[in-house]
Amino acid sequence: MDERLPLERRPSPDALLREAAQEARGHLKVFLGAAPGVGKTYEMLQAAQAKRRDGIDVVIGIVETHGRRETEALLAGLETMPRRQVDYRGHQLGEMDLDAVLARRPQLVLVDELAHTNVPGSRHPKRYMDVEELLGAGIDVYTTLNIQHVESLNDVVARITRIRVRETVPDSIVDRADEIEIVDLTPDDLIQRLKEGKVYVPAQAERAVRHYFQPGNLTALRELALRRTAQRVDAQMVDYMRAHAIAGPWAAGERVLVGVNQDPSCPAVVRYARRLADRLQAPWTAIHIETAQTQRLTSVERDRIAESLRLAERLGGEALTVPGPNVVDGMLEYARANNSTHLVIAKSHRPRWSEWLRGSVTHQLIRQAGDISVHVIAARPDTSENHAPAVRTAAERPRLGKPDAYLASAGFVAVALVIGILLQQFLSIANVALVFLTAVLTSAAAYGLLPSLFACLLSVLTYNFFFLPPLYTFTIADPENVVALFFFAVVAVIVSNMAARVRAQAITAQQRAHTTEELYLFARKLAGSAILDDLLWATAFQIASMLKANVVLLLPEEGTVAVRAAYPPEDILDAADLAAAKWAWENNRPAGRGADTLPGAKRLFLPMRTGSGPVGIIGLDSERPGPLLTPDQRRLLNALADQAALAIERIGLAQNLERARLAAETENLRAALLTSISHDLRTPLAAVLGAATSLRNYRRQLDDAAQDELIATIQEEGERLNRFIANLLDMTRLEAGAVQPRSDVMDVADIVGSALGRAGKVLARHRVVVDLADDMPLLKLDPVLFEQVLFNLLDNAAKYAPERSEIRLTATRDGQIVRLQVIDEGPGVPPEDLERIFDKFYRVQAADNRRVGTGLGLAICRGFVEAMGGAIIAGNRADRSGAVFTITLPVPSDREAVKDIAA
Amino acid sequence: MIGKATSLKVLVVDDEPAIRRFLRTSLSTQGYEVTEAENGSRALDMLRRNPADILVLDLGLPDINGLEIIDQVRGQGWSLPIIVLSSRTDETGKVDALDRGADDYVTKPFGIDELLARLRAALRHRLQQEGEPPVFRCGDLAVDLVRRNVTLAGRDVKLTPREYDLLRLFVSQAGKVLTHRFILREVWGGEGDVQYLRVYVRALRNKIEPHPEQPRYILTEQGVGYRMRAPD
Repeated sequence: MDERLPLERRPSPDALLREAAQEARGHLKVFLGAAPGVGKTYEMLQAAQAKRRDGIDVVIGIVETHGRRETEALLAGLETMPRRQVDYRGHQLGEMDLDAVLARRPQLVLVDELAHTNVPGSRHPKRYMDVEELLGAGIDVYTTLNIQHVESLNDVVARITRIRVRETVPDSIVDRADEIEIVDLTPDDLIQRLKEGKVYVPAQAERAVRHYFQPGNLTALRELALRRTAQRVDAQMVDYMRAHAIAGPWAAGERVLVGVNQDPSCPAVVRYARRLADRLQAPWTAIHIETAQTQRLTSVERDRIAESLRLAERLGGEALTVPGPNVVDGMLEYARANNSTHLVIAKSHRPRWSEWLRGSVTHQLIRQAGDISVHVIAARPDTSENHAPAVRTAAERPRLGKPDAYLASAGFVAVALVIGILLQQFLSIANVALVFLTAVLTSAAAYGLLPSLFACLLSVLTYNFFFLPPLYTFTIADPENVVALFFFAVVAVIVSNMAARVRAQAITAQQRAHTTEELYLFARKLAGSAILDDLLWATAFQIASMLKANVVLLLPEEGTVAVRAAYPPEDILDAADLAAAKWAWENNRPAGRGADTLPGAKRLFLPMRTGSGPVGIIGLDSERPGPLLTPDQRRLLNALADQAALAIERIGLAQNLERARLAAETENLRAALLTSISHDLRTPLAAVLGAATSLRNYRRQLDDAAQDELIATIQEEGERLNRFIANLLDMTRLEAGAVQPRSDVMDVADIVGSALGRAGKVLARHRVVVDLADDMPLLKLDPVLFEQVLFNLLDNAAKYAPERSEIRLTATRDGQIVRLQVIDEGPGVPPEDLERIFDKFYRVQAADNRRVGTGLGLAICRGFVEAMGGAIIAGNRADRSGAVFTITLPVPSDREAVKDIAA
Repeated sequence: MIGKATSLKVLVVDDEPAIRRFLRTSLSTQGYEVTEAENGSRALDMLRRNPADILVLDLGLPDINGLEIIDQVRGQGWSLPIIVLSSRTDETGKVDALDRGADDYVTKPFGIDELLARLRAALRHRLQQEGEPPVFRCGDLAVDLVRRNVTLAGRDVKLTPREYDLLRLFVSQAGKVLTHRFILREVWGGEGDVQYLRVYVRALRNKIEPHPEQPRYILTEQGVGYRMRAPD
């Protein structure tokens, strides 16, 4: 350490070498984005254009514009290298022509999509290798990269987005980049761009994109990108400072390791470690040592551990779970292997006797840590955590690790020895044996068979050595004692066996209880999810975590099966696996690894079944050699699969039910439509044809009055037909979503006037009273649609109200609302029909059982009014019989109104 | 009413034989001389060889868009009035046609009286070239274009200069549809927008209409413009 001190002020040779290497090479600039569509290519082209203007010789090696016009516009003036056409399985694919670029030797070349995989047969399998070659030749390179393609972040990204990205770029490339420019866009903006179709989406990636472009995902990815860049900036600064011998607060080889356990104070300890690491400018790692003991933690405690690890990750540390024989050894082993200089642990809250009895992790760590500093932190439990008492069964009591079990067993025997020596004065030697038997029994109950047999052996030897004459030898003088010792041994072995079996049963029972609880929680989770994708994801995760295996779930899709969820994320199966999955689906039997059919596949595929047949396929594999599942695991898998199958079927049934309901509704509607059309079209046509044929054939026999009658019939029925067809057209436009109301500022009186004008003939047999309030504001309306609404209401009133009765049309203002009413003196609307009359083809039967309306007019009214931002309801008069149709419309804001008054 | 010496020539352009037959029969009985074309190119051809006095044009022709024909007719400098036959659903088509130089429109289906009224309105200047009565009378409304005074049932109506300009425009084109844009151009020199116009029409109606909410004289063509009732 001391020898290195003088060097600190001189440029570090490593850093200088790195800089020198960079200088001979071309410079690499990476345009880094959090997700596709943030505009990396655009940014890169802009930067390139700036360089070109500065007189730099820039060429485009390869750039994908995905047909976006703004991006294409930026290509202007830049020389584009022709692509090398490669024939791959009958497809012509254009790849960057590396040799041409090398021969052309520009100062700067643009190479889009650093993570791209080249067509087989290219010089390098990956594009980043092409880039390395270009850099090696001293050519500067601009390139683009999405954060999910960075190798070390691949897992993280897959966990966030549930999508596994296959094309990755080693971190070293990113680390060696001379410049990284982050192209940043907020998730909202990006989603907006996606909606506007400005993000290139390959056709086959629809499902993936749905998952990917969620605000949560994008936020996380963005954070990753920013953090990664920030890290880079730090490292770059430190390198620079070292190269120029600037003394600085860079990490002097410090590393902080913080131990994570189930203690509620752990988050506070993690935060302490983070602060310590910050002060030391050191990287830090949170570690949880998984020992035999942690297997027996309650799920609350497990969650706490996971939460602490996640916290560490959030705080920028590394989070790890490492198996180890015990906490002390595990931590120290990792610390030494990784040159940790500081260990941070929580101060124990255990009572003193417990420490005395079982030893203290803290003390052991400090004793064995050597030159590693140990920070013992007295932290308060996190107040945010609700302190649900951790329920523990007797069998769940934490136990010492294995070597400790033997040590403790020996301890029990030692205690027995002391007691035996004390009791020897009062009791016979035979009875002292019982004391040892107690020690064996205790060991068996506490640690199981092997430690108790160890205690048994130890007891026999000790008993013989200390109590059986000749004393302090392992020889026995009295044959009677030999027999006694033999029986003692037999009894001890039997007892330890029995006690151990009881203990094993207790443990199994506890494990079973745990499994049952997990299954129960899983069932609840399934019951709670109504979305198929969520359900599948939960299932995959649950099976993977309970069986410690990799899981894919496949559902039927277009005659075959396709991956719908997987944990860890995975979306493509190789051909052998796919064949096995398909076979399993078609035959409703297991296939693949370890099964009778297609055992060559990597995975084992099992159907998920319900009473009505298979609903999907589970695929399993694991890196462990040997049989994939133990019989116990197989049972567990069946239970999980059954639950998942039922849940999948439930969602399917719900969808079917909804479809059936819709179909029935459509069917009813179609029937009503046919009735209506045949009736409403044919009736007027029949009258027209009848009248016309009469006129044509018998004109001479008809007097003038009769002729007039027939001609009037033709005209009126023609007009009726015209109204009906107009309604049908309006309805069709509404249903097709083709009604896009204009929003003109209108005088209601004007529209009322033109509607009355149009309805003049219809209303000829009624008295019409118009009563518009004087303070009517101008309204934002589509005049044509609104006139149609008023016309339909007036027409409706004229149909149902008796001749010579009064039809009132009133308009009043009520604050920011304008209310228009059409009030008639007809029979009114049956109360149960008040809402239904706005349904298509619904008509109230007239008094003489004649269907008068077309069943469309009011539906159109509602459609149009709502399209204009208003509302329409039906009611009945309070003072007498008669229907009241009320339209309410909002008064435009003051600003709009002021503008109109000014005009 | 129709001049006896030379009957007026109407060219009917529609691809529907039924419509042509109905128009031919009806218009002939009213003293018009009817020629027919079933498509646009034929219509243009006929106009070139044998000019008509008025054109009745369907917008939905199989070969040339009706709007295009209006452009070509006006492009040739032919000033004959054009009455457009439009289907109900395309309000914008109507306005387009009027903006391009059509004089009026009727919406299919229409009654023959409606079409005759449009023809008369469009040909009014032609029919009554000399001796244009200086006083416009329609119902109780009388507008003296020489003395610039307006009476309703014999009582004087006070109008602002702008209101009078507006009324005079309506009266001079009585019976014809006037688009918002046309009125704005004529009265306001193209400035201001439709709101402007609506406010003035409301004011004008309040002064000359007995029931402004059920106007008799200045009628609204929803989505298109206004139409002054034709004189008695």
